[in-house]
Amino acid sequence: MLTILFDGIAYGMLLFILAVGLAVTMGLMNFINLAHGAFAMAGGYITVLLMQHAGVPFLVCLPIAFVGTALLGALLEGTLYRRMYSKPHLDQVLFSIGLTFMAVASADYFIGSTQQIVQLPDYLKGRTEFFDGALGMGHYRLFIIVVCAALTIGLQYILARTRFGSRLRAAVDDQRVAAGLGINVNVVFLSTFAVGSGLAGLGGALGAEVLGLDPTFPLKFMIYFLIVVAVGGTTSITGPLLAALLLGIADVAGKYYVPKLGAFIVYSLMIVILIWRPQGLFSRAGGK
Amino acid sequence: MAIHKRTFIQGMAAGALGLATGAAMAQQGKPLKIGLLLPMTGPFGSTGRQIENGVRLYMAQFGDKVAGRPVEIILKDDTGVPDITKRLAQELVVNDKVDVLAGFGLTPLALATAPIATQSKTAMVVMAAATSIITEASPYIIRTSMTIPQVTLGVAEWAPKNGIKKVVSLVTDYGPGIDAEKTFRERFLLNGGQMLGELRVPLRNPDYAPFLQRVRDLKPDALFVFVPAGAGTALLKQFAERGLDKAGIKLIGEGSVADDEILNEMGDVALGLVTSHPYSASHNSPANKKFVEAFMKQSKGVRPNFFGVAAYDGMRVIYEAVKTTKGTGTGEALVNAMKGQIFESPRGPIYIDAQTRDIVQNVYIRRVERVNGQLYNTEFDVLKDVKDPAKTGK
Repeated sequence: MLTILFDGIAYGMLLFILAVGLAVTMGLMNFINLAHGAFAMAGGYITVLLMQHAGVPFLVCLPIAFVGTALLGALLEGTLYRRMYSKPHLDQVLFSIGLTFMAVASADYFIGSTQQIVQLPDYLKGRTEFFDGALGMGHYRLFIIVVCAALTIGLQYILARTRFGSRLRAAVDDQRVAAGLGINVNVVFLSTFAVGSGLAGLGGALGAEVLGLDPTFPLKFMIYFLIVVAVGGTTSITGPLLAALLLGIADVAGKYYVPKLGAFIVYSLMIVILIWRPQGLFSRAGGK
Repeated sequence: MAIHKRTFIQGMAAGALGLATGAAMAQQGKPLKIGLLLPMTGPFGSTGRQIENGVRLYMAQFGDKVAGRPVEIILKDDTGVPDITKRLAQELVVNDKVDVLAGFGLTPLALATAPIATQSKTAMVVMAAATSIITEASPYIIRTSMTIPQVTLGVAEWAPKNGIKKVVSLVTDYGPGIDAEKTFRERFLLNGGQMLGELRVPLRNPDYAPFLQRVRDLKPDALFVFVPAGAGTALLKQFAERGLDKAGIKLIGEGSVADDEILNEMGDVALGLVTSHPYSASHNSPANKKFVEAFMKQSKGVRPNFFGVAAYDGMRVIYEAVKTTKGTGTGEALVNAMKGQIFESPRGPIYIDAQTRDIVQNVYIRRVERVNGQLYNTEFDVLKDVKDPAKTGK
């Protein structure tokens, strides 16, 4: 029972890190980026390839995956995404889904379609049991929870307490006024997008072991990201966090207790929540 | 008048005969076209490449000419999508006028093409797809791969004789997985075993954790698994990570999970895995040693897996059928000449059952072991001449 809860939390945390970048771009920048999963995949592949071919240790790969995908995100923001901000949502969706398909095809072409395998360092393998096996904690899952929790606190602090956070919120609320007050809106958006992509990359790197990694990754998980954002609402970080945890636990518990329905639980939960609160679980009515 | 009529008929007969021989002569120098439909890109690309290598290897070893006809392979990539396979098969039959359709990486791809084989009366050699029903979809289908029930039988027979009485099954929720689950349950119960649970994992499953936790809590003697080749690694790793091996649960399965091509990369988590399958790259026979060596040279170091062998044997079946019909056979004649072929494959002795057009072969029980630093499926037991159990009742 406790083990299921633990696994669910780890899974939820992972979903949160993968989806938080999407919540930021969608909620704060009002841009629908379906190619978000492609950045996660890029982070995963950076890790796997570095480990397999260059022998870089796993823990070193994680920051590289973050920085690498953040740079990629910045590059694409500057060249492609920026032009799409003012376009209607349908254009954004078509643009980013096209980007996703291109990412899938190029990963397939350059790296191959097989599932990639991450060999974790020994200190992250293994598992510790408490209460006579009632609570079994895989070390790697524990590691995921710790990393993700730290990131969440950091993000919340940056958005709510720092000058950058208030500039970002100002830029989102009214671009023209913010620019008039001397905020360089382009730089704020660029760095936000880059960090969002970097977080996705980090999530992909962390998740390669648990979720598997192959070229269809962005498509496989797009639904999950969107559920997290839709259920959690996009106005804060805590919304998607709680939504991701809820989904993670519901998914794992559902598969454990009713394996026959396992795959449907998440979707039914989403439908119920969205009927009950169409604006998302944790967003204030009337908020932007 | 009567005489006249007779000569007239004789004349007609002679003329027709002349035409027939003329046609036969014309067939002689004409290339034998084989339309090879494979997923060369996409998630099943490795299957396609294995089959292509098997086909090319056979041609390199036995010549690119058979019964006086040069063999021409027309390879098309269907990316694993049934609609595309069907369209490409149509083009191959109508435009290229192929003599044989071959390949077919997945069940839906073979089923989509079956009506085309029937309508155009073209022989269709299935080299991979493994659901039982395929050969019944068209009288022009011959299979050289295997069927899931046929192969699953092996481990279902072996387990109860080796102290495994209680089993939980975990299969991927799609046609072949359900085939495997059903066969295993039926045979295992028949042999006095007990099923503690039957779990189905969605095809696009992100995480095996909850399913494996459930298995652990059910405390079976062994877990029977069937998952597509690529997904096996994740399952094995989580099996070990969750401590199921330490809890005394054995892992058994249908052989695809220990696919020869990727077995080495799976690492030590695969050690001790017991599966049943018709082919292991370490099968101990001179024919196989020769085959593996030549294959790895051809594929630049990729180890042959089951699909490579099935393709190699498929080419053998086609070549021999063309020889039997002296290069003139098309459609039905070719299929008839393929039926009943008995020969020694790299995997062991096999034959094409004349009645069902399906393959009959040995099913080996193997354990993953480290041999000379590499992981191999070492065969240690065998069920001889296994027919597809789904068809034996008919």
